[in-house]
Amino acid sequence: MYQYNHNDQILIEERVAQFRRQTEQFLNGEISEDGFRALRLRNGVYIQTHAPMLRVAIPYGLLNAKQLHTLAHIARTYDKNYCHVTTRQNVQYNWPKLEQIPDILAELAQVQMHAIQTSGNCMRNTTSDHLAGVCADEIEDPRPYCEIIRKWTTLHPEFDYLPRKFKIAVSGSTTDRAATQFHDIGLHLVKNDAGEIGFKVFVGGGLGRTPIIGQVIRPFLEKKHILSYLEAVLRIYNLLGRRDNKYKARIKILVKETGLEKFTQLVETEWALIRDNLEVSDDYFAAMKAHFTPFEYDSSAAQDATFAAHTQENSAFATWVKYNTQAHKVDGYRIVFLSIKAPDSPPGDLTSEQLDVIADLSVKYSFGEIRSTHRQNFVFADVKQVDLFALWQALAAQKLATPNIGMATDIICCPGLDFCSLANAGSIDITKDINNVLDNLDYLHDIGDVNINISGCMNGCAHQSVGHIGILGVDKKGVEWYQFTLGGSSSNEAAIGERLGPSIPKSDVAQAVETILNVYVQIRLDEESFLETVKRVGIDPFKEKVYASH
Amino acid sequence: MQVIKNKQLIDNHWTYLADDAPIVTGNICVSLARWQSEKNQLITHEGNLGVRIAPADDVNQLVEDLPKLALIELAVSDFADGRSFSQAYMLRNRHAYQGEIRAVGNYLADQAFYFSRVGVNAFESEHLAQTQNTLNDFTVFYQ
Repeated sequence: MYQYNHNDQILIEERVAQFRRQTEQFLNGEISEDGFRALRLRNGVYIQTHAPMLRVAIPYGLLNAKQLHTLAHIARTYDKNYCHVTTRQNVQYNWPKLEQIPDILAELAQVQMHAIQTSGNCMRNTTSDHLAGVCADEIEDPRPYCEIIRKWTTLHPEFDYLPRKFKIAVSGSTTDRAATQFHDIGLHLVKNDAGEIGFKVFVGGGLGRTPIIGQVIRPFLEKKHILSYLEAVLRIYNLLGRRDNKYKARIKILVKETGLEKFTQLVETEWALIRDNLEVSDDYFAAMKAHFTPFEYDSSAAQDATFAAHTQENSAFATWVKYNTQAHKVDGYRIVFLSIKAPDSPPGDLTSEQLDVIADLSVKYSFGEIRSTHRQNFVFADVKQVDLFALWQALAAQKLATPNIGMATDIICCPGLDFCSLANAGSIDITKDINNVLDNLDYLHDIGDVNINISGCMNGCAHQSVGHIGILGVDKKGVEWYQFTLGGSSSNEAAIGERLGPSIPKSDVAQAVETILNVYVQIRLDEESFLETVKRVGIDPFKEKVYASH
Repeated sequence: MQVIKNKQLIDNHWTYLADDAPIVTGNICVSLARWQSEKNQLITHEGNLGVRIAPADDVNQLVEDLPKLALIELAVSDFADGRSFSQAYMLRNRHAYQGEIRAVGNYLADQAFYFSRVGVNAFESEHLAQTQNTLNDFTVFYQ
C-alpha cells in the first residue's frame, strides 16, 4: 500500500499544528463559532447530539495493521472503546472531547492517517473498490489513481470552499462495487480500441434528498489528463454551482439545471485551456503503481487439502466460506469478508478489542492489510485457503464471522437518532428488530442477496434510495415513521428505489420487511434474486401484502 | 490603516469609492459596475486605479482592462463562498495579471494561506496579525 514520503508526512503534521492553533483560538474566543465550524468540519469534526464526532479518513478503504492498532488505541484512550465504520470507507468516533481532538490527529499522523476533508463543503475522501487488486474482473488496479487523486484533492487551495460537498469514486473493474454512479464524479477505468487505459467519466450522481444517477460526460479520457479534467469540472462547479440553497447546491443539480450537453461544453472549454499544463507523467504513474504491486503469493497454496476436508466436516465453516469469502485471482487464496453485522451489535461498530484482534489476524493471515467496504464491513483480501479454518475460528470468537455478507441482515445503517443531530428517527433499533425476525440462518440464506439500507433522515447517509429495500426514517409530529422503497441498486445497473406507499410506524417495520421477503419467496422464479423479482413484477405485489393489514 | 502585502505589513495607499462617492485624489478602487460605466473618465485620473470584484462577477469581463489596473480587490461577503479563489486563479494564472490582488471583506484569517496559493498577494483584515501568521501554515503542498 501507499507509504508516505517526507513531504506527505510534513503536510499532515503541519495540518495538525494548524488545527491545534485553530482549536485553541476558538476555545479562547478568538475565532467565531461560524468560522470555527468551517475549519473543524474540514478536519472531520462535527458537533453531534451528545458530543463532537470525529471522522477519520481511510483513503480508498485501505489500512494496515499498525493503523488499525492506532484506531483501537484512540477508541480506548479518547472515546468509549469503539468506533463506527461508515459507508464511505471511513471510521467515526462518537465521543471525543473537542480539546483532545488535536492530540488524536497527532496520533493519527504518526501512522500516516488524518481526518482532512472528511466533512465540510469540499472534496472528500476518494473511495474505491474494496476488491481492488485481487478480483478477477479487474481492468487495472484503481488504487494508484486513487492515491494520485487523494493528493490532488488534499488541501487544494482553490476548491476547499465549494458550494457543497464533492465526492469522487474510482472503479477498476467491470463490476462496479464502489457505487460510482452515485458520486459527484465517478471514474471507471476502461481500455480503448488501441488497448490504452483511460477513464470513462460520470458526473452529477448523488444520493441524499434528490438521488440522481450520474451521466457520462466523457466516454474516454486519456489517463494523463485525469487531474486537468477533474480541475475543469471542479472550476465550473465552484464558479457556477448554486450557493443560494444548500439542498440545490450539489453538482447534480447544476448538471440537471444546465443540461448535460451545455455542462459538458463548459467543462470541455475550460479543460482545453488547462490540459497541456497539468499532464500526469508516466514516471509519476509508475511511481504510484510501485506502491501497489501484488504480494508474493505462495504458488503452492492450492495444493493444500485441509481446506476441503474442513468444509466437508464442518457445516458452519462451510456456510461461512460460502457466504463470507470469495474467489481470489490467485489459485489457493480467497478474499475474506469480516462481517461487522453481528445480530446483537450496531451495524458497523467495532470495539477496541476487535480492532486489535483484526490487526493481529491481518498480520498472521493477510499480509497485514485490511480494507473497509462501503457496505460497512472489513475485508482480508489475500488469505491462503489453508488458513481459512483458523481464521474463521478466530473471527467467530470476536463475533466477526456472522455468515451474512450481502444478505438481508448485512444492513447498511446510519447512526440515526441515537447519535446524529440531523436524524428524525432511529435506525440502529430498526436493525435490531429486523435481526430478530430474520434470526433463522437457513431462511436468510434462502432469500439470498438483499441489500437493506436504513437512514434516519432524508440526508440519506445509509444510501437508502439505492437499497434493494430502502428504509427512511421520518418524523411525524415527534413520532418515528418509516418510508419504504424497493428496487434500488448502486451497482452497474444503478437504480433509485421506488416508493412502496405511505410510511409505516416503527413497531411494524420489521414485520413489513418480513412480509416483503415472504412475497419474494412466493413469487420468485428459479434462481431469480430479490432485485430481479422486483424489476420483473414491480412493487404492487409487495405493496398489496404490506398494507393489507393497515 | 495597514494591510499585508507580500507577507509584510505596510501602510495602505488605496481608497475604495462607493458607487455614488465622488472621486478623490490618490489611488482609487471602484466596483466592477462603476468601472464599466465610468471607465473613460476614470482612466484620466492621476492616481492608480483598482477594481473591486464581487464573487458573482465574471473576471473575464476585465481581461482587456487589466493593464490599466494596479489593484484588483476580491470582496468576500461570506467566507463559505469559494468563488473568489477561482477568480484569483484566473486573474493570476490564466490572464497573467501582474498587479496587486487583495482579499477584502469577510474571509477567515485561516483562508489566507489558500488565497496566497491562488495568486492573492495582499490582505485587508481586522485580524492582521492572525492573518499574517497563517500565511506560513504549510511548507509543502500537492497542487
